[in-house]
Amino acid sequence: MSVTSRARRSAPPGEPRTIGWLYAAPALLVYGAFLLYPLIRAAQISLYDWDGLTVGTWAGLDNYRQVAQDDGLRSAFGHALVLMVFFAGVPLVLGLALAAVLNRAKVRGLAFFRTVVFLPQVIAMVVVAVAWRRIYAPDGSLNDLLSAVGLGDLGRAWLGDYALALPAVGLIGTWFETGLVTVLMLAGMGRVDRQLYEAARLDGAGPVREFFAITLPAVRGEISVALTLTVIAALKTFDLVYVTTKGGPGNETSVPSYEVYHQAFEVGAVGLACAIGVTLTVVIFAISFVITRLVERGDA
Amino acid sequence: MKQQATIATASAAVTALVLSACAPGSGGDDETGAVATPQAVQTDPAKMGAVTLTVWDQEVRGGGNAQFTQQIAAFEKKYPNITIKRVSRSFDDLTKTLRLGLSSKDAPDIVQANNTRSQMGQFVKAKQLIPLDPWMKAYGWDKRYPASVRSVVSYSPDAKTFGSGNLYGLPQVGEVVGIYVNKSKLTSLGLQPPKDWAAFESSLATAKAKGQTPLVLGNLDKWPAVHLFGVVQGQYVKPDQIRALGFGNAGASWTTPENTKAASTLVSWVDKGYLNKGFNGQGYDPAWQSFTKGQGLYLIAGTWLQADISKAMGSGVEFMLPPPAQAGGTTYTTGASGQPFAITSKAKNPDAAAAFINFITTPEAMRTIAATENLPVVDTADQKAPNPLGQQVFSAFDKTTTTNGLLPYLDWATPTMSDTIGAALQDMLAQKATPEQTLSRLQKDYAAFTSQG
Repeated sequence: MSVTSRARRSAPPGEPRTIGWLYAAPALLVYGAFLLYPLIRAAQISLYDWDGLTVGTWAGLDNYRQVAQDDGLRSAFGHALVLMVFFAGVPLVLGLALAAVLNRAKVRGLAFFRTVVFLPQVIAMVVVAVAWRRIYAPDGSLNDLLSAVGLGDLGRAWLGDYALALPAVGLIGTWFETGLVTVLMLAGMGRVDRQLYEAARLDGAGPVREFFAITLPAVRGEISVALTLTVIAALKTFDLVYVTTKGGPGNETSVPSYEVYHQAFEVGAVGLACAIGVTLTVVIFAISFVITRLVERGDA
Repeated sequence: MKQQATIATASAAVTALVLSACAPGSGGDDETGAVATPQAVQTDPAKMGAVTLTVWDQEVRGGGNAQFTQQIAAFEKKYPNITIKRVSRSFDDLTKTLRLGLSSKDAPDIVQANNTRSQMGQFVKAKQLIPLDPWMKAYGWDKRYPASVRSVVSYSPDAKTFGSGNLYGLPQVGEVVGIYVNKSKLTSLGLQPPKDWAAFESSLATAKAKGQTPLVLGNLDKWPAVHLFGVVQGQYVKPDQIRALGFGNAGASWTTPENTKAASTLVSWVDKGYLNKGFNGQGYDPAWQSFTKGQGLYLIAGTWLQADISKAMGSGVEFMLPPPAQAGGTTYTTGASGQPFAITSKAKNPDAAAAFINFITTPEAMRTIAATENLPVVDTADQKAPNPLGQQVFSAFDKTTTTNGLLPYLDWATPTMSDTIGAALQDMLAQKATPEQTLSRLQKDYAAFTSQG
């Protein structure tokens, strides 16, 4: 019996490791070619001053300095944070409430309601944006509705209003994401053992108490997933802003993803666009990391 | 141990990859693509042998597509040895892909590149387009096209000067910003079509006093106000100043009393309620559509809306140039050529490409363009328009080009100006910024670009 064959027999499955790499290789190659390489290349280009046509010149960290110092770009990141509230915060609260009601009330035709709240997710964001642009127009349905109920004075050109354009864009996101969150929460709540509720009820807990004592802790994992998805959606918002406002009025609704497109394809500052993109990637990484840590803590 | 080794190898590989990758843009092919001007230009396509020309165009809309399809069919019929491979994209999509297309190894032969510094200017600077001057002489394009039209497709070879230098493209159609008038509304207000600027402003006041919206604007997309400003600026600022500002050439300034006068005139229109409510939140298309449905007396917009507006309003609408300061004087207004056709430096047979461009811009081609409801860029007044509004548009454009009254789009000036001026005017019209603040914002952008030398 040779040394090698004994070693092989006693080794755990998957050993030696080199064989494992072989199995993973096809996926790794695809991943490397279409994700890692472009990412590294983008990081590299972000260090150059490049117009996309001629040879770039080395710029060092100038592009990143501009991201940090340029008022317009800084406020774009600020707007993304505001959108996070509308895309992630509000839908989470609404979704939890809706799911709790739907789950508890044993609504007839639950599947139907679940489909209805999920429906926005099925529509392409561009279509959503075009529709809402009509709703928000000065002669659009929202203003018609307001005058119909005698609140015509509140009517305005929503997307052209300096104070309200960003919240108006954000509300579209709320409408879009609430369904996703609700369905996720419903799935989570469906897993909860019925006996827990019965026990709580025997102990005299009301619906609110039940929700906070049993339901909320039980869907911790789903909350984490929902927050990660919606926060990333908020940070990478592009189509919505591109179609509804082009970043206007003024620059009140510009967001980082829109700036990436604008700098790269319209202005021809590809280096700066890459720097914004890399910064955005880092921000998304950091926020997702924090969410997973905070929400899933103690879940294990 | 083993895992550490793997990580070390992986990170070494990544580092090597980053270090070995050279500066962006230096991707292999030599950058000395500054094509030497061919000595002798060949002008008989029949003798060029079998050639395939790839053309990237944005003639996707009704009239544009109809005329271009007809032109290609006629060209291929006349010269069976030349095949046209057409790639059509919408204007927006072409803008996004052209940059990559031109720098790729398999670049198209002919492209429609926007005149702006952010497009044609950068392509000229990167030596990706070839100057058309030898063919201009051979085919007599300098006689076919008036100076004001040739200027908007001319750059110096280093692209530092825009508006003069070499010819880099030829347009088929023209554009001019003017005023669409709702005729029945004008009559019901007891007004005559204004012949001078003072009469125009007083007609705005009359319309407002009688409870009508004088001017319709939809500025949600940011750029429409630039055209409105261009018209007012044409009244108060000297044309050569506006040309320097619009072409992004050094030697002019935004912060002058004349520009301030223009900007504050526009703001006073907002103050007096001459514009529809909520114009900053109104889309461009819904705005002109509401004009065709009877909202507003005037619509300041370009000739590109002519076919649609004519269809919707028939004889109820008229097109006129912005009235000059004194009746009968020269009108200066924003306008230009449509997207010019240019030849790339990677074109395999520039002579054949030039022959095709020549073919689609002949007087005969202009007749096809007019017949398909487009605005032919040359010999415009001689063409027969398909409807009365079209005829007014034709004579208006002809008048501006022959009197040299055409002014460049203000957002052509610098690669960033489109965004700067769009946002700045939105702020100004919403009265978030004064005319002075707005102009100094424009000046900052303009000066930063021109000082690069």
